[in-house]
Amino acid sequence: MYTVADLRKGLKIILDGDPYIVIAFDFAKPGKGQALYRTKMRNMINGTILDRTYRSGETFDPASLDERTMQYLYKEDNAYHFMDNRNYEQIVINEDALGDTKNYLIDNLAVDVLLFGEKAIGVNVPNFVNLRVIKTDPWAKGDTSGSDSKPATVETGYVLRVPPFIEEGELITIDTRTGEYSTRVKG
Amino acid sequence: MTLNWGLAAKRNALAERARIIGAIRSFFSEEGYLEVETPLRIPAPAPESHIDPIPSASWFLHTSPELCMKRLLAAGYGRIFQICNCWRAEERGRLHLPEFTMLEWYRAETGYFGLMDECEALIRSVAAAIGLKERVVYGGREISLQGPWERITVSEAFARYTPHSLSEALQRDLFDEIMVCDIEPRLGNDSPVFIHDYPASRGALARLKPDDPSVAERFELYMGGVELANGFTELTDPVEQRSRFLHEQETRLSLGKTVCPMPEKFLEELAHMPPAAGIALGLDRLVMVLLQAASIDEVVAFTPEQL
Repeated sequence: MYTVADLRKGLKIILDGDPYIVIAFDFAKPGKGQALYRTKMRNMINGTILDRTYRSGETFDPASLDERTMQYLYKEDNAYHFMDNRNYEQIVINEDALGDTKNYLIDNLAVDVLLFGEKAIGVNVPNFVNLRVIKTDPWAKGDTSGSDSKPATVETGYVLRVPPFIEEGELITIDTRTGEYSTRVKG
Repeated sequence: MTLNWGLAAKRNALAERARIIGAIRSFFSEEGYLEVETPLRIPAPAPESHIDPIPSASWFLHTSPELCMKRLLAAGYGRIFQICNCWRAEERGRLHLPEFTMLEWYRAETGYFGLMDECEALIRSVAAAIGLKERVVYGGREISLQGPWERITVSEAFARYTPHSLSEALQRDLFDEIMVCDIEPRLGNDSPVFIHDYPASRGALARLKPDDPSVAERFELYMGGVELANGFTELTDPVEQRSRFLHEQETRLSLGKTVCPMPEKFLEELAHMPPAAGIALGLDRLVMVLLQAASIDEVVAFTPEQL
């Protein structure tokens, strides 16, 4: 059982019998008023988005989903293909169902595919993934007046802010829970 | 061994924050205010239904410096301000930190409308000090700082922005939800706005309006949908104040929350307090809005998660 204190981006709960994933969450408190927990959730089966506001004291059932480790193969249009290495069974998951995790899928990455009954409805990626920077502005050495970060595009097409010293071709570690740059991979 | 890049990248925000604090101090100094420091750890915080203090040994970390500052007012300190850290249990979000920085000030012989004027002058002066000229861009909207800023009552805000009347919202116990979901996001997007005259039940330390006791002389300031400050004409009647505190304590008890000791010394000295108004402004949030930061995390050196 979850309480409002457990609500966060990525939490999976059951609502009216369907599994939902929290895609946005904020704590709100109007002056002198009570604490409110605002959530935006996506139905993991049909993709419907739901806005719900909860008060302290409300509880939720966790969505207990089966997980199977699979390998990411390739993308074709909006379809992402995965394979179970034990029996070579292949499955397809739609881009919409993947949400932010699509930003971290590189060929051959091992991920946990989430199953609701027999249906694959999403994936869990590792907390940290290493991705190569394919596009970013060069660092003007000695430039101390400029900004503290700059945009960079990684091999999956995902764009994020990185420190100014990161160069094209470098491998960086990204925290998949926040989508933010974590460290540079040396060597 | 690894450089904390996220912390290093906050240099600009932290430098601007320091400039803003400097500008605030100059403003109050010019207005004849005395900067004060009151204890952060106190035995008896003001009882409020939905503000939860964090225990510190047998005392509490203060949730605001309100009671000690009012005791200073009662002792004849007519213009005082304080910048201090405050703690509120389990408040964490885009606009909330459980430990945050408050700017609080009190002025004798004025009411809540006088304080709105002063708040407006303060923010305009701070914005100018960091090089913002009469406008702030926040959340993709251009907010004009040119005065006078709009003032609307809570009741007007319900009528303007929601299909519900204020009394209907109170009756159906939906005041907070409607405020957060339907009203707040629309406040202060073109120019900062003061929303005032809250239901009497929502101002435990505020004076009721003499010609309409169903509302408290309380206001809040919003910029870009962000609540920046809360102020009111102070209640100076110790008997009425004690009965309001008892009511708040009962509410806390019914919600299963800790009930702190009654702030007796404050109540004893309250009778000496002159007519006054006071206001608490979330300093981190003001910095956020002036620096166009989407989250409070961007304008403090450390969040609790980073400790």
